[in-house]
Amino acid sequence: MKKSTGFYHLFEFKSTPAFVDKLETEFRRDEKVIRFMTVKLDKYAAEYSQKRRNLLKEKATEKEE
Amino acid sequence: MTANSSEIRYLTPPSVEIKKKKYCRFKKNGIKYVDYKDPEFLKKFLNEQGKILPRRLTGTSLNFQRKVARSIKRARHLALLPYVTDMLK
Repeated sequence: MKKSTGFYHLFEFKSTPAFVDKLETEFRRDEKVIRFMTVKLDKYAAEYSQKRRNLLKEKATEKEE
Repeated sequence: MTANSSEIRYLTPPSVEIKKKKYCRFKKNGIKYVDYKDPEFLKKFLNEQGKILPRRLTGTSLNFQRKVARSIKRARHLALLPYVTDMLK
């Protein structure tokens, strides 16, 4: 059956290469995980994600006020 | 040959449009990273069937065309963009 909805998660982490292998086998084992992707971030990507996080934080604080 | 043969007539009038110079939008706007999590942005580089548009149409530089292609493929894998479709836009 085709799924038309999904719930996405995004993690950013620093780790050793061996950990990525372990993580991916666990993802494959887990039935709840439909799809996953591990991506290496270059310096521009890290900068971009940091900026994005700051924006989200700002939005969150604005809502609280 | 008649006398008025010097008057050249075209079936379709020759276009006198000035070609607009294409530019790389990444270099122009200072974008350094092509995000695979942003399908709305990546849609600018797809045609209606969801195929990646060539560089000669979008004007993207080679360096960024590679990055765009990679991001689109990642987005497809994560179901953010379709592999095959019709009437995407």
